[in-house]
Amino acid sequence: MAAVLEARSLSKRFPGVRALHDVSLTLERGEVLAVIGENGAGKSTLMKILAGVQEPDSGEILLEGKSVRIDSVRAAEHLGIALIHQELNLADNLDVASNIFLGREPQRFGFVHRGQLYSNSTRFLEQVGLDCSPRTLVSTLSLGRQQMVEIAKALSAKARVLIMDEPTSSLSQHETEQLYRVIKELRSRGVSIVYISHRLGEVKELADRVVVLRDGENAGELQDDQINHDAMVKLMVGRELVIHRSIRCEPDHSSSGESQIRLTPDATMALEARALRTPANPRHELNFTLRPGEIVGVAGLVGAGRTELLRVLFGIDRAQGGEVRIAGKLVEVRSPMDAIRAGLALVPEDRKQQGVILEMAVGENTTLVSLNRQSRAGFRNSWREDEIAGRMTKQLNVKTPSLGQFVQYLSGGNQQKVALAKWLALEPKVLLLDEPTRGIDVGAKQEIYRLMEELAGRGVAILFVSSEMEEVLRMSDRTLVMCQGRIAGELSRGELTEEAVMRLATNQGRH
Amino acid sequence: MKKLLGIFGLLIVVFTATALINDKFVSAYNLENLISWTSLFGIISIGVAFVIITGGIDLSIGSVIGLVGSLMAWLLTHKGWSVPATLLAVVLVSLFIGLSHGLLITKVRLQPFVVTLCGLLLYRGITRYITDDQSQGFGSSFDGLRQLAIGKLQITGTFALPFSVFILLAVAVLAHVFLERTIWGRYLLALGRNETAARFSGIDTDRMKILAYVICSLVAGVGGILFSLNLNSIQPSGLGEFYELYAIAAAVLGGCSLRGGEGTIIGVIIGTAVMRVLYNAINILGIPTHLEFAIIGAVILAGVVADELVKRLAAKRAAARQLEAK
Repeated sequence: MAAVLEARSLSKRFPGVRALHDVSLTLERGEVLAVIGENGAGKSTLMKILAGVQEPDSGEILLEGKSVRIDSVRAAEHLGIALIHQELNLADNLDVASNIFLGREPQRFGFVHRGQLYSNSTRFLEQVGLDCSPRTLVSTLSLGRQQMVEIAKALSAKARVLIMDEPTSSLSQHETEQLYRVIKELRSRGVSIVYISHRLGEVKELADRVVVLRDGENAGELQDDQINHDAMVKLMVGRELVIHRSIRCEPDHSSSGESQIRLTPDATMALEARALRTPANPRHELNFTLRPGEIVGVAGLVGAGRTELLRVLFGIDRAQGGEVRIAGKLVEVRSPMDAIRAGLALVPEDRKQQGVILEMAVGENTTLVSLNRQSRAGFRNSWREDEIAGRMTKQLNVKTPSLGQFVQYLSGGNQQKVALAKWLALEPKVLLLDEPTRGIDVGAKQEIYRLMEELAGRGVAILFVSSEMEEVLRMSDRTLVMCQGRIAGELSRGELTEEAVMRLATNQGRH
Repeated sequence: MKKLLGIFGLLIVVFTATALINDKFVSAYNLENLISWTSLFGIISIGVAFVIITGGIDLSIGSVIGLVGSLMAWLLTHKGWSVPATLLAVVLVSLFIGLSHGLLITKVRLQPFVVTLCGLLLYRGITRYITDDQSQGFGSSFDGLRQLAIGKLQITGTFALPFSVFILLAVAVLAHVFLERTIWGRYLLALGRNETAARFSGIDTDRMKILAYVICSLVAGVGGILFSLNLNSIQPSGLGEFYELYAIAAAVLGGCSLRGGEGTIIGVIIGTAVMRVLYNAINILGIPTHLEFAIIGAVILAGVVADELVKRLAAKRAAARQLEAK
């Protein structure tokens, strides 16, 4: 019997990035197939293709043996494929039944048949085990129950394939168990489920089969008994486990890569965080230190709380507790201004919205943070500004026809350089970087790495969040691994391997 | 720069065309009038430009003018206050209003449109209440003070330059220097373009926004003083009515984007001039006054459309330059 869904050799390219290459997968009737992989492995692209949000560049999709073209979400729906988003797609100002039949209401000449709407919905509510009235307003339901409504909606559209993207990320323990029950129930009724998750424990519990993606390609498959944590991690990581030597070896140090050599034994910590609690994960206390001239990477999966940590350090969000010391002095950072005064600098994750001001000139962006220092009694000194901007852009090799060019016209890599350059004139003590080389070309990446090392050499402490394993392996003196809002562990250079990071990131502990 | 030349060109065109059609347009009397009104409106337009640059708006300007103007006349004539005390009082009132706007918008996070719209209604109501809706005036006892607004400097035998031009110039120079040559001006422009990125760069965006609203209301207050001195017969219910629209229109015509982050003082002045010249031309040329609003509206629309097209052209050029730079 043909599989319910089969994807053959799907490939998809985005400018500069190969999201999927020759990826195949089969989904049988009544099975739960888990799709796992690191950040950027291609999972969400694959799901978007199956759900009709994107179309593949090449390859084909077969539904019960017949080749189909899924060119829109509507088309996917007609074929019986439904995507349950991580961020739910409900109209929370409408009631449950209206949501279930949204766009497919029983109607005559445009007038909705309310009676049928409610009576028809009860069947699907039963299937997902939702015991509330169909007239309940969705906004009053808990997230877990809202998710059930989404599933009911998919079932009412006669979905044969449910694609669930990180479904438990916002659910409580109880709701998660409820979800498992529903999934198992649906499975027994012949519905096939594609389950994407970082939580390998869940995958182990639910999945009949596991497909692993790595760097946009198939990396392997596991069946039934083969499914265990170690096996999954091994396939996810796969690369040769080689520790990349630091290229920061200075001529008068040995090349063992030991970070302590560069520092004097009694140096004060550049940054010390004790019992720091972020608003996103207030129950976890974060403790860590940064030495001057040290480059510390923060690894972890999406949602682990890394960006939240940087935001609290920089004063964008208020800490719920704990204290931070910069160069030994206790500081209260309640806003970015406080942070800057304390000697912190941040290059945020969202370059275009937060890192630079797109509709302002390169020169203006570069001098924005240090304007205060270059001015006298508030009056700007254009010559000094141009001189400093010129120097910074040259140092970072920013490619721009002039300092007056609006930053929006620069390439991503050059925009990021501008986002970084503006802090140089300020000589921060601690530089916070959030995904410093995301989405930029290889050449610009190298330049940013070079700059990081140069700054570290000058005594700046660098804390960088990165989802790119290679980057973490290459640049970190030490690595903090976060998992679900807490620091799961710290790895020294010697201990730093992809597997070790993955283990900590997926909550499996150290070996 | 292109934008400024464009609108300046428009000004020249309308001016010369009207002058050619009817030479009463360039009579000394008319020109003095034109310059006087342009100066007064120019002043309040500069004020509102600061707020627009931060991406906000101030709809209460007209009512502030009404309040300040009526209050001043009332305090001087009905309450017998001295001139310095009165001036201080109205300046403080303007300051207080601007501060309130700023605080409500930054700390309570209300929308500028809503806050200033309420202001528009509130201040007008207060004005009418205090003055008992009675017409106010300075009579003949304050001619010295009135010179500020109606005094003139004799240039030629027939033509005299209104003093208000000098007040406009003073305000304009201060505003221009503040915006273009100080760090705070740069901060305002940055926060207007992208408030988040500006905050992340360490700019105290709340304080800067409050400053913008204070400047706007303060300048409106100055406008109120001058307008009332000029008119001498002040209706509390009517003084300043719709002035906020003229001010905003002038600012937009002069290059301020309502999205924020853009604008020059020179542009605002030229924008004001264009509007005043248009208004004057319509009157002089005998075009029916019911078309007045329609024409001005059409010109502003045309101005903004042209601005958008010019921007697109500039964008294409900039992108092309970028490719060459690689």
